[in-house]
Amino acid sequence: MVPLRRLASAIPLIASLALVGCASEGGGVQSQKLALINSRGKLICGVDGKLPGFSFVESNGSYSGLDVDVCKATAAAVLGDASKVDYRDLNSSERFAALASGEVDLLSRNTTNTLGRDAAGGNGLNFAPTVFYDGQGLMAPKASGVKSLQDLSGKPICVESGTTTELNLADRMREIKATYTPLKFQTGDQTYAAYLGGRCVAVTSDRSQLAGKRTSFPDPAAHDLLPDVLSKEPLSPATVNADPAWSDAVRWIVYGLMQAEELGITQANVEAKVAEAKANTNLADLRRFLGVEGDFGKQLGLPADFVVQAVKAVGNYGEIFERNVGAGSKLKLDRGYNRQWKDGGLIYSPPFR
Amino acid sequence: MTPATVRPQQVVTPWWRNRRLIPWLVQAAVGLLLLVLIAFLVGNLVRNLTAAGLLLSWSWLDNPSGFDIAETFLPFNAGLPYWRALLAGLVNTIRVVIAGLIGATLLGTLVGTAAFSSNGLLRRLARVYVELIRNIPLLLQLVFWYFVVFMALPNGEQAIQLPGLVLAKSGLYLGQTQLLDGVWHGSLRFTVEFGALLTGLVVYTGAFIAEVVRGGVASVSMGQWEAARSLGFSKLQTLRRIVLPQALRVIVPGLNSQYISLAKNSSLAVACGYTDLYSVAETTLNQTGRAVEVVLILLGAYLVIDLLISALMNGLNRLVQLRER
Repeated sequence: MVPLRRLASAIPLIASLALVGCASEGGGVQSQKLALINSRGKLICGVDGKLPGFSFVESNGSYSGLDVDVCKATAAAVLGDASKVDYRDLNSSERFAALASGEVDLLSRNTTNTLGRDAAGGNGLNFAPTVFYDGQGLMAPKASGVKSLQDLSGKPICVESGTTTELNLADRMREIKATYTPLKFQTGDQTYAAYLGGRCVAVTSDRSQLAGKRTSFPDPAAHDLLPDVLSKEPLSPATVNADPAWSDAVRWIVYGLMQAEELGITQANVEAKVAEAKANTNLADLRRFLGVEGDFGKQLGLPADFVVQAVKAVGNYGEIFERNVGAGSKLKLDRGYNRQWKDGGLIYSPPFR
Repeated sequence: MTPATVRPQQVVTPWWRNRRLIPWLVQAAVGLLLLVLIAFLVGNLVRNLTAAGLLLSWSWLDNPSGFDIAETFLPFNAGLPYWRALLAGLVNTIRVVIAGLIGATLLGTLVGTAAFSSNGLLRRLARVYVELIRNIPLLLQLVFWYFVVFMALPNGEQAIQLPGLVLAKSGLYLGQTQLLDGVWHGSLRFTVEFGALLTGLVVYTGAFIAEVVRGGVASVSMGQWEAARSLGFSKLQTLRRIVLPQALRVIVPGLNSQYISLAKNSSLAVACGYTDLYSVAETTLNQTGRAVEVVLILLGAYLVIDLLISALMNGLNRLVQLRER
């Protein structure tokens, strides 16, 4: 009598829809979700939990990573305390049901922003700004001699089920008219275990994920990332469509981290910048951004100094990137597309005004 | 003076004390309450689904699926619609369920009767097998079979090769086998994913069936064994001709629930990479976002499979029951 585990994750959604008397009232500035988070005193954040660099449980039990820092920044901005986060580890199939049923407030789990997921007629999500521009790649053992997508024709490839990866792989292989055998697994752990066990000639996922996972392999140097990039994978935090005010708040917290980098505000100097802004009434842009004047925080239903709190907790976007996946981490990923727009990248915050 | 005949008075029972009416009324009331509750829940579901823009729709079933399936019985490619993908998954499920039912029944019967062997070693081995297997969760066993046992198979040229048979990490190949570019090909192929799932299901369910069989055989009285023996039957003949037919009456109802469990447990296939109905449904759910419809299809499919197994077993049960004369 083993329960259908995955099914079980969809049942709360159906059950809650059947039992809940009335859906959200909607309207007004006040977000139900924000009110709930404030009264609960905690943010519930859905993460992967098994992906070094993005969200990973350290040996001391604490979470770390780029996705985790988005959760922390949000908790700091809303509640003034980055530690007030409950993390929920979700696999790729559970994540949307968990978000739709309200089990998590925010999904910060290397999730690709796509039309089907954003559309009200699809998964009905609301995506915050992309925090990592990624692309799908392939990894194969050096010894296998596989150098490109063509070499994989007729061979088994390991892939995690319920991901965009699965679809892109099918599309690209059809384009080059190659047959292949997709071996699908429910969790990343199983996927990589099958790959390391030698069942597949290659494993496919987002390039950042492959690089992250490789750091935990017994012999990372024995595996190569193939040069082929199969797709665009803009990884973005997500909230539900039903509460636009909450989505706006998350969106601008993330933009705040990006804008802080642009303005040279770091974890170390944020207090000094606030003091500077308070002292000098001529610095109108900075004063508004840091909540010294104006009511941007209030418009979003957040405290006036939400950006200050977020940056104080986790640093600006650049600091978050370098610490978790960049030069300061084991992954050593290049900023690439994830540079600020001024440096030729895609990270661009709309103006705070 | 004729005494007035005392006519028995026509007793008119008031309706609230009517012993035939009351139970009927109570049942009707409970039934009505249940109907109202169901109507309320369904109405609410539809209302909320409409509000969330998720009202049931089935047109997506005709859209191209866009994903591939590792092993299929029916021809399949990414250009075919979702319903074909789900059908391919269903066929894969049925394939493993049928093979599993046969395997588990054979294994269970062997182990169950081994419990009555005069060979002490065999008896104890059967006991150890049953106790070991039925006390470990099936999911763990599947992961063990797949990642520990089947993953350890050699690959490529090192594969185990016999005439007309090759056992490699990618699967079991039968008939004309050849190695092309490091990949084996054969006229008939079973993947290791299928192998691991089948092994896991057979070994696990076999342990439960062994206990059912043991109970059935134990229910046949000792006198039957002795009578057969005095007629000159060998032990095997006694078991086959005398004891098992009588034991079947006790065994069949117990088998039914084991068979149903096996069919349901096959949905753990995704743990060892086998593309069954559940795995296809999961991919479908993720790509279409039609959670409610996909879950309904899954519920319906497993319900139908299990009801079919039940119906067959009930038929068998009627056949083996003692006919009173």
